[in-house]
Amino acid sequence: MSEEIIIKPYLRLAGLEPLIVRPETNFINVGERTNVTGSKKFARLIRENKYEEALSVARQQVENGAQVLDVNMDDALLDGVQAMTTFLNLLQAEPDIAKIPIMIDSSKFSIIEAGLKCVQGKCIVNSISMKEGEEKFIEQAFICQSFGASVVVMAFDEKGQADTLARKVEICERAYKILTEQVGYPPQDIIFDPNIFAIATGIEDHNNYAVDFIEATRIIKQKMPLVKVSGGVSNVSFSFRGNDHVREAIHAVFLYYAIKAGMDMGIVNAGQLVVYDEIEPQLRTLCEDVILNRNNDNNEATEQLINFAETVKAKGKETVKDEAWRNTSVEDRLKHSLVNGITDYIDADTEEARQKYPKPLDVIEGPLMDGMNVVGDLFGSGKMFLPQVVKSARVMKKSVAVLTPYIESEKEERRQAHITAGTVNEEGAGAAKILLATVKGDVHDIGKNIVGVVLGCNGYDIIDLGVMVATDKILDTALREKVDIIGLSGLITPSLDEMVHVAREMKRRGMKQPLLIGGATTSRMHTAVKIAPEFDLGVVHVLDASRSVTVAGTLLNKDNKPAFLESLTKEYTKLKDDFANKKSTKQYLSFEEAQKNKVKIDWQNYTPPVPTFTGTKVFEDFPLATLREYIDWKPFFIAWEMHGNFPEILTDKVVGKEATKLYNDANALLDKIINEKWLTAKGVVGFWQANTTGADTIVVHRESSNINLESLRQQIKKAPGQPNLSLSDFIAPLSTNLHDHIGAFAVTIHGIEEHIKNFEANLDDYNKIILQALADRLAEAFAEALHQSVRKEYWGYDTQEQLTGEDLIKEKYVGIRPAPGYPACPDHTEKYKLFDLLNATENTGIILTESLAMYPASSVCGWYFSHPQSQYFGVGKIQQDQLNDYAKRKGMSLEEAQRWLRPVMD
Amino acid sequence: MKTIQECLENRILIIDGAMGTMIQRHKLQEEDYRGERFKNWHCDVKGNNDLLSITQPQIIKDIHKQYLDAGADIIETNTFSSTSIAQADYDMQSLPYELNVASAKCAREAIEEYFSSSNTDGREGAFVAGAIGPLNKTLSLSPDVNNPGYRAVTFDEVVAAYYGQISGLVDGGVNLLLIETIFDTLNAKAAIYAVKKYFRDTKKKELPVMISGTITDASGRTLSGQTLEAFYISVMHAKPLSIGLNCALGAAEMRSHIEELSSIAACYTSAYPNAGLPNAMGEYDEQPEQTAHFIEEWAEQGFVNIVGGCCGTTPDHIKHIADHVRKIQPRKLPVVEEVLV
Repeated sequence: MSEEIIIKPYLRLAGLEPLIVRPETNFINVGERTNVTGSKKFARLIRENKYEEALSVARQQVENGAQVLDVNMDDALLDGVQAMTTFLNLLQAEPDIAKIPIMIDSSKFSIIEAGLKCVQGKCIVNSISMKEGEEKFIEQAFICQSFGASVVVMAFDEKGQADTLARKVEICERAYKILTEQVGYPPQDIIFDPNIFAIATGIEDHNNYAVDFIEATRIIKQKMPLVKVSGGVSNVSFSFRGNDHVREAIHAVFLYYAIKAGMDMGIVNAGQLVVYDEIEPQLRTLCEDVILNRNNDNNEATEQLINFAETVKAKGKETVKDEAWRNTSVEDRLKHSLVNGITDYIDADTEEARQKYPKPLDVIEGPLMDGMNVVGDLFGSGKMFLPQVVKSARVMKKSVAVLTPYIESEKEERRQAHITAGTVNEEGAGAAKILLATVKGDVHDIGKNIVGVVLGCNGYDIIDLGVMVATDKILDTALREKVDIIGLSGLITPSLDEMVHVAREMKRRGMKQPLLIGGATTSRMHTAVKIAPEFDLGVVHVLDASRSVTVAGTLLNKDNKPAFLESLTKEYTKLKDDFANKKSTKQYLSFEEAQKNKVKIDWQNYTPPVPTFTGTKVFEDFPLATLREYIDWKPFFIAWEMHGNFPEILTDKVVGKEATKLYNDANALLDKIINEKWLTAKGVVGFWQANTTGADTIVVHRESSNINLESLRQQIKKAPGQPNLSLSDFIAPLSTNLHDHIGAFAVTIHGIEEHIKNFEANLDDYNKIILQALADRLAEAFAEALHQSVRKEYWGYDTQEQLTGEDLIKEKYVGIRPAPGYPACPDHTEKYKLFDLLNATENTGIILTESLAMYPASSVCGWYFSHPQSQYFGVGKIQQDQLNDYAKRKGMSLEEAQRWLRPVMD
Repeated sequence: MKTIQECLENRILIIDGAMGTMIQRHKLQEEDYRGERFKNWHCDVKGNNDLLSITQPQIIKDIHKQYLDAGADIIETNTFSSTSIAQADYDMQSLPYELNVASAKCAREAIEEYFSSSNTDGREGAFVAGAIGPLNKTLSLSPDVNNPGYRAVTFDEVVAAYYGQISGLVDGGVNLLLIETIFDTLNAKAAIYAVKKYFRDTKKKELPVMISGTITDASGRTLSGQTLEAFYISVMHAKPLSIGLNCALGAAEMRSHIEELSSIAACYTSAYPNAGLPNAMGEYDEQPEQTAHFIEEWAEQGFVNIVGGCCGTTPDHIKHIADHVRKIQPRKLPVVEEVLV
């Protein structure tokens, strides 16, 4: 019997193909150009009855990555019912468009109904609301439900459209209750639109509109976790109409924050989203001020953005079409084209690179792959959206297309050479065949394409079935084409199950080909535990494109294959056993027991050291030359993806030459930074009397008021005699009557922006990244130097310390400086207290973002503990009982605590 | 007698096989179709199989009984084309209500007669499923290749046609409604719309709805272009008793689709394939034990709750299928979660 199937309450939509909105699904782009109110071109085409051309607008949206298509025919000059019907009927005959779900958008319900009658898939209705009262709302909801549509509910009631946070939330909650209780709507089919209004209009009442939307989104998603939140994004920048450059920046910044708050989808121009990170810093900061309503007391932020917008306008198209990047190296140009999705120059640049590199394949493995890595990182960190990635992939494909004929002809040359020499040709007709496919339900194929190209270049015949390939098609093709190896790829988590399914089917059908597994979410562990047991004749996890060549070679070599598979089976079996054991033996103590097993410290025979001062001490401009001595270079090289110890890496056989070059360049820049005083190191340290009251609460005494620090405790069952650590264990309990202390610090490196801008102006990414990496290193060095001064001087508990730089890196000193958000104290929100105690923002200029990151990015903060038994540790996973207690101590709701502590929950 | 939900919890239910194949065996002529009542009808009616429920009810009842004897738990009414739109081919567009009532009665009476007379092996009875077919006109496709936006029928017309059919089926006493052989999901959505509207209008207790789509070829899509999962998502709002597949494919070709469906369906699953693919002569020649072996494997894999046959299958096929799955546990209903964890 098959195992139990679980159906999750996801929003499920469908065109010809399904769209399932899972928690890990990225922001969903609803294409907005097929809207007569938003697109002049589309409106004109519809009015002139040019429906065929209007369809091309829809197609463009899909090609640019729209995952849902918004269709709106609300125009006074149009018969909306007829236009909607005609357009949707025509659209159904275009499978490349009809594959995505339709959002039927109208303020007239008769037009919505007409639209629903034309579409076989599961649509979204946009929108219904309570503006004409509950009765009408319920009636319309029933009709939508009879068609199985999801509904967008606007935050609009009898009193009008909600413009404040409180009204938005109140109306959505009321609508939710009616829809779920009276109409029987599944909560996951409800999408709220809490109204995006224009900001920066000059009217102060409007300044908080974006914040209200973002906060309403956050609360709605907390209170009604299954619903979705959507909105018409372009409204927000309405006051900048005519200035697309500024509008696009506003949209990108707005989305960046709204998505973080839980916005799931939005109506956007899928072809025009700019990348958050690519916005010029000045503009981005101005947009952030306006959107987050910061520094905006008398419309200051608004004024500044308007002034900036004027300068852009004055410069006209020049600013928008900055062509300076054309002067950089061919590698940078290729990367620029990839990241920005520009195809204009890709053919010429690729050709130039082909002539520069020894082999056409080197261009793919070098600059093109580097560029795609940048794209992957930006996408992964939420700073790039799917449409942009699609564009990048298109650029990649175009470039590869230029190279393919050369790769092919090289292959042919080798074949001819074999014939001439009378040797056996292992390519061509007799070449081994490898079938590649991205599994069903998954659309990601960049990695697979690279693997395909790399393997193809190594003489294999590649059959690439593309994306979203059903198991049967993969296996039928494999049999028909007599392939030698099957390779599966996938990026999203559900693809993992699909791969298990393919393996199971291969066994059922008695197939013999080895199976390769690759893609971002796949892992050796998953392959060993879940996939390999389903198919006995070889399942191999392949880490990256370069590894695929050796794996394929080994598997196709009769002599090597058995030994390879045997050792692989051993390895996977061991991994599987380890996994099973790990699962079964990981035992946890109750929170109460864990608290009892705290670190045993003999407080009776201990005198806590007293700092030379209490309160704070500020460093306005710490000497950079001193900090240089404290730099730990290893992470600097890791930032450049060069792994190894310093200074050994400088003489490493493989990367030594490049590493040395980089090291010299970095030091040259560092000289300049110090001599010309580019940067300023600012910091603050503080000490306060402190004792623990509860087992996990540290009370910090300061003149004005006390602050309770809450710590987390290890709950995993330890070996006998080993304590369940918590930072609070290192501070003397109040009951000991000892006057113990705690310290804290925050340090930062200011002044990087201007120089980054200069490097950017020169398109010198190399020095720009060196500068950023150096600023990080200097901040870390500052923390290290300050900690040493604290030990030897300010707290003075180890005045005799004699440690080398290496000793410092190995943390051989007495006492610790753990940072909130790191393993010993994983709750980021304790940073608020640290900043409060240190008055850090005022003293150092570090700002905490709402996700508790520090800006400037090159900043470090942490607590100081002086007890000789204090040590670094990781809290590991905690259990529900501790979470409950912790939430109570922090005065947080359970949900909020859970959200912040998710990384340490099971 | 137990409700169908209770039966489905415990065992795999059997749905009957082809009606058309069985009618063909009688080699009926024009006058047989017309019977006494339509003796003077102004156009030919031969081929209007649904009409036989009025003109030759004994033949229809007899076929039902053969399927009951083969082990069917669910028998389908002879109403595949009993809508105003389909009957217009015979100019009988005003007849559907009567046709549906008559067909439902044939099925009901067949059950009553079978279970009161035969040795029924301890079986308690059977359910009548009101068969709602796909129509000969479709809402998502244009019949005119030069005008892809054209539609031969409107959504409202299709709803009205199905509404009439449903009222006849319900008044005739069916236990379930079966929207089947769906090759255009929009037609099915109109049928679902009509079902919802009918029960809201009449305030009668809603009958369970079975939904069965048709995957037309190896692409794994419906004729109107939807993937299987997209199809299921588009009809989920019917909150069906079961979702399944029938027609177009034989069991061998249907396997991967029913496997997929069983992994995504929140409700019960049904499958009644054709007796293989038609041979060069357009005949179905897959033998009963062959069909049964395929279906037995699905049952063992836990893919199905309701099985039977479509085109080309006979009481003998159904008997073999029933015998092969009798001892096998039905697919367990999935756990439908209501919160995200």
